[in-house]
Amino acid sequence: MQFGIFTVGDVTTDPTTGRTPTEHERIKAQVQIAKKAEEVGLDVVAVGQHHNPPFVASSPTTTMAYIAAQTERILLSTSTTLITTTDPVRIAEDYGTLQHLADGRMDLMMGRGNTGPVYPWFGKDIREGINLAIENYALLHRLWREDVVDWEGKFRTPLQGFTATPRPLDGVPPFVWHGSIRSPEIAEQAAYYGDGFFHNHIFWPSSHTRQMVALYRRRFEHYGHGRADQAIVGLGGQFFMRRNSQDAVREFRPYFDNAPVYGHGPSLEDFTSQTPLTVGSPQEVLERTLGFREYVGDYQRQLFLVDHAGLPVKTVLEQLDLLGEILPDLRAGMAEGRPAHVPDGPTHAGLVAARDAAAVTGAAEEVSA
Amino acid sequence: MTRILAVSAGLSVPSSTRLLTERLADAVRADLGPDAEVELVELRPLAHALADHLLTGFPNAELEEVLEKVRLADGLIMVTPVFSASFSGLFKTFVDVMEPGLLIGKPVLIGATAGTSRHSLVLDHALRPLFAYLRAVVVPTGVFAATEDFGDHGLEQRVERAAGELASLVGGRRALHVVRDEFADPTPFADRLRGLST
Repeated sequence: MQFGIFTVGDVTTDPTTGRTPTEHERIKAQVQIAKKAEEVGLDVVAVGQHHNPPFVASSPTTTMAYIAAQTERILLSTSTTLITTTDPVRIAEDYGTLQHLADGRMDLMMGRGNTGPVYPWFGKDIREGINLAIENYALLHRLWREDVVDWEGKFRTPLQGFTATPRPLDGVPPFVWHGSIRSPEIAEQAAYYGDGFFHNHIFWPSSHTRQMVALYRRRFEHYGHGRADQAIVGLGGQFFMRRNSQDAVREFRPYFDNAPVYGHGPSLEDFTSQTPLTVGSPQEVLERTLGFREYVGDYQRQLFLVDHAGLPVKTVLEQLDLLGEILPDLRAGMAEGRPAHVPDGPTHAGLVAARDAAAVTGAAEEVSA
Repeated sequence: MTRILAVSAGLSVPSSTRLLTERLADAVRADLGPDAEVELVELRPLAHALADHLLTGFPNAELEEVLEKVRLADGLIMVTPVFSASFSGLFKTFVDVMEPGLLIGKPVLIGATAGTSRHSLVLDHALRPLFAYLRAVVVPTGVFAATEDFGDHGLEQRVERAAGELASLVGGRRALHVVRDEFADPTPFADRLRGLST
């Protein structure tokens, strides 16, 4: 089980001070936060991709490569990589290069994005969002698995005799997650390929997360990738912690009330009861998080949103310290009762080992046949 | 079983919009007989939930339950007070938060109330185009009730005519439109891929 953080890379005014960080500060803060995440023992840090203000996250692989160079252990991922408006050839090349530079310490999550004008800015039609995600990924999947690709589709200029370089590290493509909050087509897509499925989980009630994950698991088994409980599931989550529960609520409330996504809407109390947001003591966050398994089953990756809504970097780093403190208990809790056949979170080393094991089995079958 | 959901956007208590909605619901119930389930929902208690949905993008449990009832309904009765020459903002918000495609092919009886009969064309200038856009099947008779109509025999006739039109439409609804439940019965991925390559 992997634990980590994910960010959307927003530049938001701190509602308690009125101060807005500069783009430079925000970009550097992402690196600082990632290094802190490694320091407190987390496994994953994921960065976003957006092409409009107030976001600074237009070039995820640049940020990831920089973080990779400054860290030693933590795995870099995305939340998300825009498969709709980014040329799949560029994704193959950018993330393929990153895979080598980071010695395999990376993976990526496909997402469609939700800002309408980004589509036309990149020459795409938002009404084709699902179809773009399907066709572009089908191409990316081939580019990382076939040395020479002939391809023709609806949305991109055709390819004849194209080789995406560099070829994947150790001949094993980066692991891919597909993220979606409410589109069953994407859960179906993840299941079809045997890829991971990630549910953002933070803006919607748990009933929706349960429904999407259940569909993905059922179809993962249907497509022959393993049992439903062996499908690779990731979840988002968000919290604000202080030693004392009341302090957490008092400090976080102005950030919640003015947050870009849900601010000026439901009360903090309503939102914490309706969604997985937990504002309270480390013990409360621990207990709530361990409860996620009850509706998605044993899963592989838990990412938390910690740097958002204008929270100062200092506060974010304090949140990571507190997360680090409960991390051993989170790991122990998630391991409790977890069947041995449920896979761990995906890593490059794990994928290489699985590929080699399959090759040995295949060779043995050939010999015996 | 046939399910009818009647929605009143009335705000005051007592509400003439609710009164009209009840009369329409009763008339439809009488036409469909004991096998039909006709339920009335008021939007007033959902006002905060509707505003929150606009801001968060998801319905709270209470609102979700009502939206699910809309999805399952074989026919709708939608009644609004007239505010500033159109449907009320609350009524429109309820329509705005419905998933795209939710009303396609669904029979809808439209109704409106106002203090004066000078607003009567709101049905045909505002409500009918709204539901036409959503590709609902709006019954030919809309029922408008100004305050004075509650003392007039003509209202009852219009209520009965509109109810009869809705009742006869819901019988054949299933043939009009079937929305595939992608959770229960997902379109196989190979079909989607094939759909793109042709």
